[in-house]
Amino acid sequence: MKNIKQLALGTAVAIGVGLSGAMTTVAQAEENYVPLLTYRTGPFAASGIHIANGMHDYLKMLNERDGGIGGVKLVTEECETGYNAQKGVECYEATKGKGALVYNPYSTGITLQLIPKAGVDKIPVLSMGYGLSAAAVGSTFPWVFNVPDTYWDGASVVIKYIGEQEGGLENLKGKKIGYIFLDAGYGREPIPLLEQLAEKYGYELLQYPVGIKEMQNQSSQWLNVRRDRPDYMVMWGWGAMNPTAIKEAVKIRFPMDKFIGVWWSAGDDDAAAGGEGAKGYKAMNFSGVGRDFPALDDIQKYVVDAGLSSTDAETMGGTLYNRGVLNSVIIAEGIRTAQELTGKKVITGEDMRMGLEALDLTEERLKELGLSGFAHPMKVTCEDHAGSHPVFIQEWDGKEWRQASGWIEPMTDIVRPLLEKAAAEYAEKNAPWPARTEPCPN
Amino acid sequence: MFYREAGQFKTSYKADQALMPILQDRVGLIAILGVAFIVIPAFANDFFLTSIMIPFLVFSLAAIGLNVLTGFCGQLSLGTGAFMGVGAYAAYKLTTIFPDANVIVMVLLSGVFSAAIGAVFGLPSLRIKGLYLAVTTLAAQFFLEWCFIRIPWLYNNNASGAIEVPHREMFGIVVSGAEATPIVRYFIVLCITAGIAFLMANVLRGRIGRSWMMIRDMDIAAELMGIRPLQTKLMAFAVSSYICGVAGAMMVFFWLNAAEPSSYSIALSFQILFMVILGGLGSLGGSFMGAAFIWILPVFLKFIPGTLGFDVAAETVEHVTFMIVGALIIFFLIVEPHGFARLWQIGKQKLRVWPFPY
Repeated sequence: MKNIKQLALGTAVAIGVGLSGAMTTVAQAEENYVPLLTYRTGPFAASGIHIANGMHDYLKMLNERDGGIGGVKLVTEECETGYNAQKGVECYEATKGKGALVYNPYSTGITLQLIPKAGVDKIPVLSMGYGLSAAAVGSTFPWVFNVPDTYWDGASVVIKYIGEQEGGLENLKGKKIGYIFLDAGYGREPIPLLEQLAEKYGYELLQYPVGIKEMQNQSSQWLNVRRDRPDYMVMWGWGAMNPTAIKEAVKIRFPMDKFIGVWWSAGDDDAAAGGEGAKGYKAMNFSGVGRDFPALDDIQKYVVDAGLSSTDAETMGGTLYNRGVLNSVIIAEGIRTAQELTGKKVITGEDMRMGLEALDLTEERLKELGLSGFAHPMKVTCEDHAGSHPVFIQEWDGKEWRQASGWIEPMTDIVRPLLEKAAAEYAEKNAPWPARTEPCPN
Repeated sequence: MFYREAGQFKTSYKADQALMPILQDRVGLIAILGVAFIVIPAFANDFFLTSIMIPFLVFSLAAIGLNVLTGFCGQLSLGTGAFMGVGAYAAYKLTTIFPDANVIVMVLLSGVFSAAIGAVFGLPSLRIKGLYLAVTTLAAQFFLEWCFIRIPWLYNNNASGAIEVPHREMFGIVVSGAEATPIVRYFIVLCITAGIAFLMANVLRGRIGRSWMMIRDMDIAAELMGIRPLQTKLMAFAVSSYICGVAGAMMVFFWLNAAEPSSYSIALSFQILFMVILGGLGSLGGSFMGAAFIWILPVFLKFIPGTLGFDVAAETVEHVTFMIVGALIIFFLIVEPHGFARLWQIGKQKLRVWPFPY
């Protein structure tokens, strides 16, 4: 009897507290609210933690050093998604009512779910270098931004780079290029472009899908690689898949300089897992290598040393940490641009959309931010929300990443028509897809 | 004192055979339905509807589906997630092939496909039992998941391999897609779940349900009494998969809006199985309680630190939630191995004799 009563009482209290939590909304003070959908748990945590730290630290640093943006403090809140689409949607629903300015889902699956909601809830989605490639077409997807590049841009850069190594794209004829990818929306995204380029340049595309469950056991895929002997391997991996693939490649003695990863397979821990044998592994990148940037020093001074972050100082300057920082730079510049455009200090999701669409991160601006050379200058236009900006190739020297090439332009002439076709297809499949009514800010 | 059936006389067979012969039960059910249909829509905010109530109802329906098979017919299944996926993909294909047809009809129809596939994978149940059957349903899970990834026709050759729910209207109201308001989606999910639960409550206490329970309790005895194992077991598989299929279709159409094959993975199967085991095998009410425990409790736990004013990192909350829910599962299974349904029964018994326990 007593137990039952206590149980009932306990349940009632728990439900009461939970309910009041679910119902409360943050008061709209003089603040700009940026929810961060991150994952520090689950199979993708190894990659997710660095990204989350980078995003969090830069915004925190702006608060501590400058008192926010335009004199208005930023309020950030992390919501743990675990790379799980259901939890991602839950996080979205839980935070959107608090005046969220922009969402960074960091998962193609969550991005796909948020794309149709963005226009309805009037909150833009910033999927920096991931998500739906077709979202680059701003006239169809006014609320989605995937600056600086789509996966298709990335795939075309890889092929271009391989062509350069072979002394010209015409020499790709008859070559075998293996594509090992995470068998989810993310890894499948570039396949249409790689196939189209295969037709054009005459190389053979061999596909090695890795299921999410087999991320940490890729021996069968690499056994096939050993049998097929591709001339180059291209990887679209994430989380635990990256270090495993690099280890397996080392094990079968695949020539590492012919193994190229996408910008999400460019983590320091990923490459380090291969030990000495991983030397020469390459990956694309669009955010700064190393930590010799004044802005990172400020993060160290105002945030990390002040104990306001869970970042391990040694991981600062890693590829993924810097990627997170770049993501926050884009958010911050979007807010700043929106404030300039609207004259308001506290902005809304709609203002943020304009700010992102008018984003123009020039070389001078990067220098002002203390991030000279951290990224290629990037500009968003109303038509092109990705911008197809150049990326570079970096190489692992056994200890750290070194830039191994100059900036390589994507094959815009091939990518853009494909993007437009895909956007039209998306709109047709999801008919009636709303036509763009948002004015163009620039 | 409050819950006592003394003095409630039944004067006809009809009254004696009613679904709920006790007045208090009827009042309770009406109160619950009143809360679900009137109070929640009137007062709940969007977050409560989309992140708590809609998933809760979808999972409750899936748990009912699995309960039919595992709880009432005694056939252990680990393929629930895949059967839900079949429903989702079937509904998606149907609605893209017939864009003008009513989407709710399509969702209900999609269960038929999942029922057919469930019956096929139920065939081994005639020869094998228990854990061995679990292994064959596990095979169904892996095979179907493979199909969702490898057959591009199922997702209309979408480059991302995901299914995205199109915009559909009914009587001028948007019912699916991003523009559908949470309240509309909530009502659809609530009506379908309540309807199927009511239907099953009646099926389970009738001839069909009793034959399932006979098979569960002792199949040889049931066979000797004239129950045909083939039809009975396959029907349990079909009915269970139908319900799971409808739940899966609702999951993508009225809750998530888009789904990847990984949404219907083995993890989902286990989640539903835990709901059924915790809620109580062989109890409809238990299915709801199990779904509430597994889905709603973690969401609540996540908000407690924020409400009480603690500044705790998101991932710490996540880890702590995992630990608390895990500990509670163990605690409840030790306290009452027959699940919440049994706990509820004990509670009712205590109420019956209160305040003079004996």
